[in-house]
Formats: sequence, structure tokens, C-alpha cells
Amino acid sequence: MAHHHTPMLSLRGLTRRFGGLTAVDAIDLDLAKGKLISIIGPNGAGKTTLFNLVTGLDRPDAGNVGFEGQDITGLSPERLAAGGIARTFQLGRVFGNLSVMDNVLIGAHTRLRAVKPAVPVIGPLLELGLALLRPASVKAEEEQLREEAKAILARFGERLLPRIDQPAYSLSYANRRRVEIARALALKPRLLLLDEPTAGMNPTETAEMQGLVAELKAEGLTILLIEHKLEMVMRLSDRVIVMDEGKKIAEGPGEAVRTDPKVIEAYLGHGLSRTAEQESAA
Amino acid sequence: MSSWLDYTINGLIVGNVYALVAVGLALIFGVSRLINFAQGSIYLVGAYIGWVAVVQLHTPLPLTIIVVAVAAALVGLIIERFGLRPLQNSVRIAPLLATIGISFVLDQLVMLTFSPNPRALPSQLPDVRFQVGGGTIGPLDLLIAGVGITSALLLFVFLRYSKLGWAIRATAQDRDAAMQMGVDVNRVNQAVFGIAAALGGVSGMLVGMYYNQIDTAMSLQATLKGVVAEVVGGAGNVPGAVVGSLLLGLVESYGVAVFGTSYRNLFAFLLLVVVLVLRPNGLFASARQAPPEPLTGTFIAPSRPVRIPRWALLVAAGVFAILPFFPVSFYVLQTLINAWLLGMLALSLTLVAGTIGQVSLGHAALLAIGAYTSALLSLNFSVPVGLAIIGGGLMSAALGTALISPSFRLRGHYVSIATLAIGEIVSLVILNWESVTRGPIGISGIPPLSLFGYDLISATSIYWFSFSAMVVLALLQGRLLGSHLGRSFRAIRDDDIAARAYGLSLNRYKSLAFIFGGFAAGVSGGIAAHLYSYINHETFNTQQSILALTVVILGGLGNVVGAILGSVALVGLPEVFRIAAEYRILIYGIVLLLLVRFRPQGLLGTI
Ligand SMILES: Nc1ncnc2c1ncn2[C@@H]1O[C@H](COP(=O)(O)OP(=O)(O)O)[C@@H](O)[C@H]1O
Ligand SMILES: [Mg+2]
Repeated sequence: MAHHHTPMLSLRGLTRRFGGLTAVDAIDLDLAKGKLISIIGPNGAGKTTLFNLVTGLDRPDAGNVGFEGQDITGLSPERLAAGGIARTFQLGRVFGNLSVMDNVLIGAHTRLRAVKPAVPVIGPLLELGLALLRPASVKAEEEQLREEAKAILARFGERLLPRIDQPAYSLSYANRRRVEIARALALKPRLLLLDEPTAGMNPTETAEMQGLVAELKAEGLTILLIEHKLEMVMRLSDRVIVMDEGKKIAEGPGEAVRTDPKVIEAYLGHGLSRTAEQESAA
Repeated sequence: MSSWLDYTINGLIVGNVYALVAVGLALIFGVSRLINFAQGSIYLVGAYIGWVAVVQLHTPLPLTIIVVAVAAALVGLIIERFGLRPLQNSVRIAPLLATIGISFVLDQLVMLTFSPNPRALPSQLPDVRFQVGGGTIGPLDLLIAGVGITSALLLFVFLRYSKLGWAIRATAQDRDAAMQMGVDVNRVNQAVFGIAAALGGVSGMLVGMYYNQIDTAMSLQATLKGVVAEVVGGAGNVPGAVVGSLLLGLVESYGVAVFGTSYRNLFAFLLLVVVLVLRPNGLFASARQAPPEPLTGTFIAPSRPVRIPRWALLVAAGVFAILPFFPVSFYVLQTLINAWLLGMLALSLTLVAGTIGQVSLGHAALLAIGAYTSALLSLNFSVPVGLAIIGGGLMSAALGTALISPSFRLRGHYVSIATLAIGEIVSLVILNWESVTRGPIGISGIPPLSLFGYDLISATSIYWFSFSAMVVLALLQGRLLGSHLGRSFRAIRDDDIAARAYGLSLNRYKSLAFIFGGFAAGVSGGIAAHLYSYINHETFNTQQSILALTVVILGGLGNVVGAILGSVALVGLPEVFRIAAEYRILIYGIVLLLLVRFRPQGLLGTI
């Protein structure tokens, strides 16, 4: 069992190369339970690749990933989801043809029990049979998950509830991002990874999202956040990690990182970055 | 033992021919990430143009080659301009389906123009053989080798040193970057299709001369062989395609030497499946390389399904159920029985291709497994027919799923290639496993349909039997779609990466979809076996697979009602309009093309 002091997530020397390019270069990171760490850095710094390594969608070339004291390096994304890690995707990957409700229910997939008995070998066949027969236990479980899904959707005010039966592809961009987060919450994650949750959102929508993430943090959820909007990063983060060209170039409390000359250099070096403009405007 | 050298020479010559097809496929895949299923049809067209030139116009050989290359290139350009360019901004499934439709249309046009009977295509070369070491080699072998090497050199110089060649290489490397640098991608596509078609056409002509015979069945075989060679070499890799082709030629030739001619294709497809499963990026790519497909983007068009009220469905089902009480002709019942059989296959395919997004091109193999199982159970073990049919369904579910399972990790077009190959493998095993399947003779004297000891002989009773079987399967499938499995399947189809990130195991759910779909198809095949009383390895063929796919697209992917509606439409309408059998395939091909272009979501919409 995880010792009280072992961090929820710990990365050691995590490295991923694509041909000649080292997208993630010997990254170390410790994220304690209930904390929020933000990862910032110019585009192409390797932030999303780091998320892929943590969530099992990609395998590291070196280093390892520890989750609640266990080495989870190279485990499949399915296993990690079942273990309580949920993520959102930078470009938004909702299931376009599924309704908002079904998207959120997929988020709860790892929590299905009645319809997915943990029996070896014939488990899948039982699942097929139970899905067709639908005994009371299966119906009740489905009903309960639907109620929970509605409660999760209600966290977004009137943004999603009126559209609960609409296919996700018909939603606005911002609403699709919200559906992704709702789907992640339906997994009841122990660790939540958010990849630029406010990308493409206007200031009002961004403020709403910031409020939601703050709420989640207050509820005790452990969060790893990739975000360009420094304002939000400064408010939410317990610590900030700055990446550039795959390497961690700075780490610390928000304000310290913000004024670190190496960080300013990294942003200015990549001159055209949206973030740099925002920072100089701030 | 004739001579290993002979087999080696033969393997290399045949490999050369495959290379001409495979290089074109690799060029096209390189620039547009598309497996061109029409490549074999161009090869067929090349062979027949060669026949016209040689036999009717009496052109000398060099001129024949030029005529064939130019005419085939024109066909390629037309396909690119009118078949594929309009689909540039459609979903990724669209161009794939379009090349399948084009291939059916072209093959059928050739068949209607020249009749399906084989023709001789003389090579005009002297019939002498030279002694080389322990083997012999003829002028035609030298010609094929010469054409192969010359085209490879020309292509190399063109790609390396011309401006257009540079543009092609740039587009293949990174399409977006090439476009930003001002490369005209349409021109690149044109060039690539023109070159691929010219090479393919000449290849068809050479093969025709090599065997001194051409017929319309060449087309599918050529596509398959070209795809095998290309995938073995690494999709989009031009030198890889050449090496893959030579390797395929040698594997086949040695395989034939050891096991006999009827095993030639079996080796080709086994090679394909092994490579797809172990090294999906080809023999020469590093295993760690990301698949050459974009990781995002939907494969299937989003759409809102047409909602049909429950009462309307009940009324429709009721009308069809009581139809035999009215004075309808035997012919109408016969037609509808065919529609119900196709409907069950379409239900199966719409689940597999539509709901979970695995576009299967070998679905007729599931019919064959069901049919053979049911026939053999009733003949060899005297199992009552009703039970034997269910046995056929179960066998199809189990065996079909087991056969396809190694390919579960493939995506997009690769799934289609794998299913096509597995379909061919099933039919070749049926042909060669004589002790069980009775080989090429087929199985005759299959007992008629019967239920609880009563034979169902009359058209009316067969009608009810097949209609009820289909309705039961449709209801079960509807129930499945309404369960958590329905949304899980559809989630995997829409985005398999996001699905995995939420704990959905692709193996588990693809298996369940194939198990359920395999059962429906197996039952359809089983009923068909008892209805026809005779089946052989060609009873259930690729044409049926493609017809089922057209039905599924017509009805709307994943749409249960759509699959049935599509079956009735595609079986019934040609009857209503009394369209002659040989034009039907042509019409199916055209319907598929029009749907892909104008209504990819089908009549009732994707579910
Ligand atoms: N699958 C891949 N193959 C090759 N290169 C990749 C792949 N994924 C990401 N990269 C490269 O890795 C670098 C880091 O990308 P990414 O992690 O997306 O950066 P960020 O999220 O910080 O913007 C980029 O240069 C990107 O082009
Ligand atoms: Mg990113």
C-alpha cells in the first residue's frame, strides 16, 4: 500500500525521443495528493507528450512513472483508466456521434460492475449476455450512472444540461471541451490531467473553467494542468513546472517561476508565442 | 525436381509484375494515405487494351506497350479527377469506398464490353528458351525484367531530379508542409495517379502475355497481390514495394514448388496477415514508429439518424409478415427471401463496419463458415437443420472472431486489407481442405430447411422462416445498441484512442462485435446452404461482401432499420426494373459511388 508520504504521481528521468528530437528529456516530477501542479512552456515543449507517457498512450524510451507508490511505466491506457487516471485532450477528443450523456457515461465505463462481472475468460461473453438480458441489477446500475452523469453536467450550469441528448459534434467548441471534462469526472479520477482546458475560450468562459478547476481542487482532487493562460496558472497552482525543448527549465511556486530569467528567455526565444504576448501585457 | 533456379527465376519475374502494381500503390499511399482498391481494375483495363492493340490493331510490341501505358494513365487521371478529388474534404472512409466502387464499375464495364470468357493475349515474341545454369529463360521473361528495371530507373530519375518528382516526395513526407511551400497537391495527385495507372496497365498486359490468357477475375487478384507487396514493403515506401514484390514472388514460387499450385494465393495472404500483425509498418520500418495515419479525425461522417416511429416499424413488419396471405407471385416471395438473407448479412456488417467502425471487405467469409458448418453438421452428423443453422452461426461467431482477432490492433484502411485477405484465406482453405470441405467439388445434397421435423419446402414457409430469423436478429441487435455495449462500440469507432484512455479494451469490444455479427452472418449462410442444397468455395464471394457494404452505406452505418431497408432496395429494385443480372453489379458500384459522393450518411443516417 502507498505510504502516507509517497506522492500520488512521481516521474523519474522520463524521456521520449522521436527520431532525432527529444520531445521529453529526463523529466522528474512529484505531485502530492490533493495538490495541483501546472506545466507551462512554449508550443512544442513536450507537455502533451509528457501527458501521453503518464496516461499510457505512449511509452517512454527511458525513465519511469510511479502512481500511488506503484511503477506504472508502460501499462496500457485501459489499465491506467481503471486505476483512476483520467485526462482531457488538447485538441478535444469527444465522441462526435455520441450524445452528451453517452460521452459522460463512457467516462464512467471503468466503474461498471453489475454488467461487467470480473470473471476470467468468459467475462466478455457474460457481459454480452447481461447487456442483452438486462436484469434488474444492470438496469439499476445504468440508472445510477445516468443520475451521476446529470449531476456532473449540472456543474456546468445551463451549458450542457439542455443539450444532454444532442450529438457531441453539434456542440460549440467550448461545450465540447466541457463535455471532455465531464467525461473525465465521471471516471471518479484520483488523478486528473487537463491539457489546455481553456484553449480557444473567451475570457468569460475561461473564468468559468478556472472556477470549476478551483472547485475540483478544493474537493481534494489531485490535478496536473497544462495551461497557457498564466493568470489562471498563478491562481490555481501549488507549484509550476516550466518545460522548454523537452527539458524542465524551472520549477517552483508561481511567482518565483514567473520572474525566473531562464523562463522569460525561453518565452522570448520563441518570440511569437501567444503566451509571451500575454505575459508582457500582464 | 525441375530446378530451384527455375522457381527462383519464375518468382523474380512474377515479383517484377507485382512490383509494377505495388509501386503505383505505394506512390498513391505516399501522397494521399489511400489504399487504391481500383489499382487491379486499371491492370485489367491495361490487359484488355493490350488485347485490342495486339489482336485487332496488330501493333508491334513497343507501340503496344506505349498505347497501354498512355491509355491506362488516362484512366488513372479520370479516376483521380472525377472519383477522388471531389472527396478531398470528406471523411477518411470516403476515398476508400470510392476506389472500391470505381473498381466494381471498371471491372463490370470490361466484362460487359468483352464478355467474361477468357481470351488469349499472344506476346508476339519468338517461343524460344535459353539455358541458364540449371534453368531456362525465355524472351518474355527478359521483356518483363527489362520493363520492370527500366520503369524503376525512370521513376527513380523522375522522383529524384524533376521538379514534379520533388513535389511528390515533399508531399509524401509532409503534406501540410508541402502545401505551405506552394506545392500544388492536385497536380501531385494527378501525376501519381497517372504514373501508377500507366505502370499498372503495363503490368496487366505483361501478365496477360505471360500466361497467354486474360479474364476479368484478374482484377481483384492483382489488387490483392499489389496490396500484399506494398504492405510487406511498408505502405508508401516505393523501394520497399519493389523488395516486397520480389519477396512475394519468391515466396509464392517456392510455396508452389513445395505444396502445389492451389496454394499460391494462400501463401500470399498468409504473408500479408503475418506482416500486418507483426510489423504493420512493413518489414523495413522500425517497430516503434507511429502508424502512418493521423491520430485524430473521424473515420465516419457524423450525422443525425432519421427517427422512424415505432408504430411505423410495427406496421411495416406486420405487412411483410402477412404478405404471403395475399396473392403475391412466387417470384416476389423469392426476391424477398433473398432480401432477408442479405438483410442478415447487412445487419452483421452494419454492426462491424458501422457501429464499431471496422470496415470489413471479407464479410462473405462469415457466410461461408456458417454455410459449411450447417451443411456438414446436418449431412455428417444428422443434426436437425434448425439446430445446424444455429451451429453455423456459433461457428461463424467463434471462428470469424478468432481469425480476425490478430488484426484488432490495426486501424482504418489496414482493417479493410486484413479482412479482405482473411476472406480470401477462408475461401482458399475451403478449396484446399478436401477431407472436410470436399474441395472444389463442393457439397451437394444438403437437406432442405426444416423445423421441428417438418420440411419447409414451400416458398411461403421459407419466406416466414427467413423473415422471422432476420427480425429476431434485428431486435437483438437493437437491444444491443441500446445497452452500454452500443455506446462503447460507437465510442471506439469515433475515437479509439480516447476510448482506450477511458478504459475500453479494443480487443474485448471488437471481439464482442465480431461474435454478435459473426452469428448473424453465419445464420444467414446456414439458411442459404439449406436453401441452395449445393455450395462450393465460390458460392460466397467478394462481390457479396461488397454488395453488403453497399447496402450498409445505403442504409446508414450502424443503422439496423437502414440495413434491412437497404437490402430490400438493392435486391428488390433491380427486380422491379427487370435489370439483367450482368448490369446489377455495375449498378451496385454506381450506387456506392453516388452515395459516397452525395450522401455518405446513407438514407437513414449513421447511428
Ligand atoms: N508522434 C509524434 N511523432 C513525432 N514527433 C512528435 C510526435 N508527437 C509529438 N512530437 C513532437 O514532439 C515535440 C513536443 O510536442 P508536444 O508534446 O505536442 O508539445 P506541447 O504539448 O508542449 O506543445 C514537438 O516537436 C512535436 O512535433
Ligand atoms: Mg500540447
